Amino acid sequence: MPGRIVAGVLAPHPPHLVYGENPERNEPRSEGGWEVLRWGYERCRRSVLALKPDVLIVHSPHWPTIVGHHLLGLPEFHGLSVDPIFPNLFRYHFDMRVDVDLAEIIAGEIRAAGMIAKMMRNPKFRVDYGTITSCAMINPAWDIPIVGMSSNIAPFYYSNEVGQAAMVELGQATRRAIEKSGRRAVLLASNSLSHRHFTTEGEVPEDMSREHPFRHGQYLWDMQMIRLMKEGRTRELLAVLPEFEDHTESEVKSGALAWMLSALGLPTFPAEVHAYGTVIGTGNAVVEWNMERGS
Amino acid sequence: MNSSHPVVAAHIVPGHPHILLAPERSPGWTSLRKSYQALAADIAAAEADVLLVYSTGWVSVIGHQMQADPNPRWLHVDPNWYELGDMPYDFRVDAAFGHAYAAQARAVGLEARTVSYHGFPIDTGTVVALTLANAGNRLPASIVSCNMYSEKKESVLLGQAAARALWAEKKRAVVLCVTSLSSRYEVSEIDPAQDRISSLKDDEWNRKVLELLGEGRLEDVSQVAREFAHQANADMRFKAIWWLAGLLGQHNRYRGRVRDYQPVWGTGAALVSLEHAEKELAHKEFDDVPDVDVSAGAGSARGADGPVFVPGAPKPVGTYPHARRVGNMLFLSGIGPRSPLDNSIPEGAEAQSRAVIENIKSILAAAGSSLERVVDVTAYLTHMERDFAAFNKVYAEHFAAIQPTRTTVEVGSLPTAIDVELKVVATC
Repeated sequence: MPGRIVAGVLAPHPPHLVYGENPERNEPRSEGGWEVLRWGYERCRRSVLALKPDVLIVHSPHWPTIVGHHLLGLPEFHGLSVDPIFPNLFRYHFDMRVDVDLAEIIAGEIRAAGMIAKMMRNPKFRVDYGTITSCAMINPAWDIPIVGMSSNIAPFYYSNEVGQAAMVELGQATRRAIEKSGRRAVLLASNSLSHRHFTTEGEVPEDMSREHPFRHGQYLWDMQMIRLMKEGRTRELLAVLPEFEDHTESEVKSGALAWMLSALGLPTFPAEVHAYGTVIGTGNAVVEWNMERGS
Repeated sequence: MNSSHPVVAAHIVPGHPHILLAPERSPGWTSLRKSYQALAADIAAAEADVLLVYSTGWVSVIGHQMQADPNPRWLHVDPNWYELGDMPYDFRVDAAFGHAYAAQARAVGLEARTVSYHGFPIDTGTVVALTLANAGNRLPASIVSCNMYSEKKESVLLGQAAARALWAEKKRAVVLCVTSLSSRYEVSEIDPAQDRISSLKDDEWNRKVLELLGEGRLEDVSQVAREFAHQANADMRFKAIWWLAGLLGQHNRYRGRVRDYQPVWGTGAALVSLEHAEKELAHKEFDDVPDVDVSAGAGSARGADGPVFVPGAPKPVGTYPHARRVGNMLFLSGIGPRSPLDNSIPEGAEAQSRAVIENIKSILAAAGSSLERVVDVTAYLTHMERDFAAFNKVYAEHFAAIQPTRTTVEVGSLPTAIDVELKVVATC
């Protein structure tokens, strides 16, 4: 039976969300914080896990690669991931399983499409906090294997449009691979939306009285993007992403959202927006495209 | 170095893992490794208390971060270049100075904090620089991050805060400023042996910046940093130079030495040393135009018949041009291996042969030609028996596919202390 993508999720990865959850795997302790986003993740998690996926495939901007697209290529990874920007919030002991067979199939499809793909097989590799956060927020039990994909830096060397075109191709290759594999897959696009941060932090990071959009214009752009998602206008969304990136320093420039929407086939049904909130000024939305429910 | 300034020596260094893990795969990487070794010897002899490191690889968002773990240890794997191998580290850090630096940064209005966590990921650039330049942890290090949003003012203030901290703590420092020049990586697989700067424009900009640094013009480089960053995709917008200028002093009173300049996967990697000098150099135009007799119709205009002078190529040792154009033919003067940056002569026939060919390439390119258009080569060697094999190997690497005619002769000597000179004719 051919595999299929059962859902795609815009799954932002500010480590603050893991910090706020206080999982045992994370060393720092919090008094909570960013509840709206975390509750949104709870709703999304229930919906996605009910689909009983075989694998979570995550594309993360915090694994940047220069030559091609890389995939985690060993069956297990363990270690301590410390966020170099927010080490006070995220020191996470990870222990994950990887669906290497599917990763190999995806790599094959990437190469067949004329792109470069590499398998990362160094067991000492530290998985990035973007991958970990998105997976942890969707599946805190870590009982579903993942496929971790890097974020090729081509968009930062060429125009936004050229970079996005490469991600669209990557998404199509990913879809073909999933169909060949027989897996039921959930795609996680590990991106924030607007991405200009505050450069100061309060003594208590989870003091929500300090949390707000970096500036009003960024917020308005985020709402425009979310409106397009809610109205099922993903083709239009892709078309306006380059401008969105220029105006808001959006993290979607790294390609995960374009990759995911392409793999989903640019769905025309309304997405489910579980939450929107800011984290140190950046705009973040938890948005689900449930392919089983569809329109 | 100004004996009263707390920085005894400052060095701009590259942080590519290739130099540490796989230098043998590319002549350029080998050269950088050797240059690092020479630098390490100089640092080992320096009378200093701390090795102050600023690395563009350690990106921060919330202000500026200073390392305060006295003994960070880990097995580091670069997220992109993991195939090259692992980088174990076990560093000695001056935690007290880290705290003092953070306090001084806050005192000048910056957001700053120290970090001290087991497993904190020291960035690849810092690992490479400390491993290669500070063998045995002879000097305790103090490492500061590169804020992704900081602009010139903030970067200069951060450098000044470091100087304040050194004065306040009565410490003398050697400085490592870990940054690339142009940062436009080749995004496909390359043969490391054929590594080159990914664009001619990037190379030209790198060389101009290095020319200025070689002349001790730190403030001049600081002034052109924004344009350099825009034109050559400089590493983290070359804000490292602003930090360095803030730390050392925003002027041109330096003695500069360009130790090496090589490509690493398309990017520009250089080792440059700066020491304080007594006199400030005169103002220099960014694009010096050579003095040519325009009344005779000569000039360096592209396409015009006549002498061709190439700024950035080694200066001729007499009154002759680098080349002369006649119709679609280009006749080069004899070209040697002297570095256009500091006039140094590489050691050995192989290195000299490579340097000669690089100089020829730059002259040909400036004149609208290329190595592929060379039709005739005359090679002059001062020690045929000793050097022919090495010269011939390098020659084959570059000309085997092009097949110009060639004559090789031994000469008693050449005008300067070089052993290899080539004279070529090309179409243009």
